[in-house]
Amino acid sequence: MFYREAGQYKTTYQSDMAIFPLRQDRIGILIILALAYVAVPLMASDFILKTIMLPFLALVLAVIGLNILTGYTGLISLGTAGFMGVGAYACYKLTTLFPEVNILVWILVSGFFSAGIGVVFGLPSLRIKGLYLAVATLAAQFFLQWAFVRIPWLYNYNPSGAIEVPLRTVFGVAITGPTAAIEVKYLIALTFVVVLTWVASNIVHGRIGRSWMAVRDMDIAAQLMGIKLLETKLLAFAVSSFYCGVSGALFVFIYLGGAEAGTEFGIRLSFIILFAVIIGGLGSMIGSFFGAGFIVALPTILKFGLPAIGIAITGAIAEKIVVMVIGALTIYLLIVEPHGLARLWQIAKQKLRVWPFPY
Amino acid sequence: MKTTRLALGLGLGLVAGFAAVSPVGAQESINFVHNTYRTGAFSGSGIPVADGVRDYFTMLNNRDGGIGGVRINFEECETQYDTRRSVECWEQAKAKNSVVYVPWSTGAALATIPRAHIDKMPIFSMAYGLSAAAVGSTFPWVFNPPLTYWDGASVWIQYIAQREGGLANLRGKTIGLILLDAPFGREPIPVLEALAREHGFTLKTYPIPPAEMQNQSSTWLAIRRDRTDWVLVQGWGAMNPTAVREAGRTGFPRDKVIGIWWAGGDDDARPAGPDARGYLALSWHQVGTNFPVIQDIIRHVVDRGQSNTAREKIGENLYNRGVYQGILIAEAIRNAQRLTGKRVVTGEDVRRGFEVLNISAARWTELGAPDFAAPVALTCADHNGHHAAFVIQWDGTKWNRASDWIRPDRARIRPMLEEAARAYATSNAGWPARSETCDQPS
Repeated sequence: MFYREAGQYKTTYQSDMAIFPLRQDRIGILIILALAYVAVPLMASDFILKTIMLPFLALVLAVIGLNILTGYTGLISLGTAGFMGVGAYACYKLTTLFPEVNILVWILVSGFFSAGIGVVFGLPSLRIKGLYLAVATLAAQFFLQWAFVRIPWLYNYNPSGAIEVPLRTVFGVAITGPTAAIEVKYLIALTFVVVLTWVASNIVHGRIGRSWMAVRDMDIAAQLMGIKLLETKLLAFAVSSFYCGVSGALFVFIYLGGAEAGTEFGIRLSFIILFAVIIGGLGSMIGSFFGAGFIVALPTILKFGLPAIGIAITGAIAEKIVVMVIGALTIYLLIVEPHGLARLWQIAKQKLRVWPFPY
Repeated sequence: MKTTRLALGLGLGLVAGFAAVSPVGAQESINFVHNTYRTGAFSGSGIPVADGVRDYFTMLNNRDGGIGGVRINFEECETQYDTRRSVECWEQAKAKNSVVYVPWSTGAALATIPRAHIDKMPIFSMAYGLSAAAVGSTFPWVFNPPLTYWDGASVWIQYIAQREGGLANLRGKTIGLILLDAPFGREPIPVLEALAREHGFTLKTYPIPPAEMQNQSSTWLAIRRDRTDWVLVQGWGAMNPTAVREAGRTGFPRDKVIGIWWAGGDDDARPAGPDARGYLALSWHQVGTNFPVIQDIIRHVVDRGQSNTAREKIGENLYNRGVYQGILIAEAIRNAQRLTGKRVVTGEDVRRGFEVLNISAARWTELGAPDFAAPVALTCADHNGHHAAFVIQWDGTKWNRASDWIRPDRARIRPMLEEAARAYATSNAGWPARSETCDQPS
């Protein structure tokens, strides 16, 4: 009744191509942004901010990154965590070498280092596909993880082999390091996510995104239409790795505050992000948010939420349930609904559009 | 219909998430949230340790009504040896006013050390984590007794010297180090290298990547080829039983293979069967049930069916290590009660309790653990103590003590640790100078 486009006419190509063609959607996104920027920092407790919101915001960029590669371009990758690690270590090296430069600049710049590495490991994607590409990116994952442990220059010869996040301020406000306020960290991460999501959304809706989808649907046909496969695939790897790199930098600098070499960015994280992409929905921006939210929030809610409302469940059992739920859901969605939770969202919107008259 | 159910589920989830942080009912009790890993790749080592700590505090509650008449509200937080979950457990411990945080993983310790002085919750990482945290003047909130990996390296070499008939006889020998290819595994290398230069032995390192923990046959072939005289094992999890089995398979004398204290679980040696007989490991506490404190646990906890561990596994090495950790933490809580005169103490009080920790041989007997472990004493400057350790040997069914107490070379280790602590403070710009006052031990 309220969610209907009747009376909203599109008179230009621009308005027809808009990301949010419905006025209700535009209002909705503004309300969500207002909630995220004002209500959440004011209302949510430190616990929610730290254990759900920060990891969610950090990981959602990696999920978007992998979604660009796997969901939009159809190239499967198991090296996501490795590329995140490149971002984290690049940011660490940059900010310790040039401490006077604004840390926010370095977080963004570290994405480019990751993009460079991503392009190198993306080169085989021109020749190999599917499972074989997954194995090639798996090699990237193992190599990068090996490098984080074996090249002491990367962690400044720290005897504990870890990278520790130093205190960095912008305009006198602590942003990273232990003394930074959790609300500040949250707002920084949120801003990165909002801006980068907006950029990604525009890329995938434009010419580049269309060429990626053409490659995904049939690369020979795409080639016949004049899309250069090498450039397109490498661009997808670069953009995807850029997002993963920024995500990794945020993960360590804004969320964890320190990382042991080689354990944080393991193969396990690569798989978790892949599952988030599948559960959220392949080839969907909103799906990336659903997937990351689901993966981050489910264990926490099961482990701390259920006991708090009186359902006695031990942490060990909760962890086992999480593994079972995520595994079952991944298989179920792959078979039944490859578009994941995003598709459910779309169905809900469609239903709402015709409500209360279903026909 | 599908959408309403989805909305309902989301709503419930949100309610549950927010409810998670509402404070628990404030009865008179001391809260202690303890990290465990009963699931995941390292659960084999995590479960006995967790059961030991848990049973010790349950025993204190059942036998004495807690500590100083205040019940200990012991809770577990499952981490799967995963740093992200461990950070979540830090937040959970903070929300529940836990008096101490026990990371049980190096990654978790590193991630939380910078928060300790801000959230006023001390960190207790027993013989793991950041070695430099031994320097109490730089890390007032972190405690890692009874000894560091660097001390462990020193004890290793002293033990080998004892067996070889003196440090002079080490000249020309080859000592191999099998290590997990991670920061934890490489910890002893600087000390071993320095000792190798000094005493004239050759150090060979054999790194094992985490993904290859259970595939060490080529490593052990290389050990044979290099004519290695002694093999040291710096491993954790599935790497240890594999090393013991491969030593048996290649015929390397098992009584010349020495594990670090984390390579001394009963389940590290047992799977190799008779091949494991003679395998050595470092330890700093006894195994077995012949201690009043363990008997009390059996009487007050196990016999009441409140333990997760089977009766015959009580007293195994890693279980007793959990008990040892429980004793140290309980003693710190007791000290805190004595220092402040309060019954219900906070994390800040327990930090002071740790700094005056002093368990003498007589005190060990009072605690029901005569000769269970060496005396432990901490000071404001020294949060580790560099206490003595000994070697235990597997006889095919259980561990037996195989050496006297060996003191690490404190004079050599301490300056290295102080240097590392200085480096930590300078690389973490804004690291605060110690402002906590120092209590006099009584």
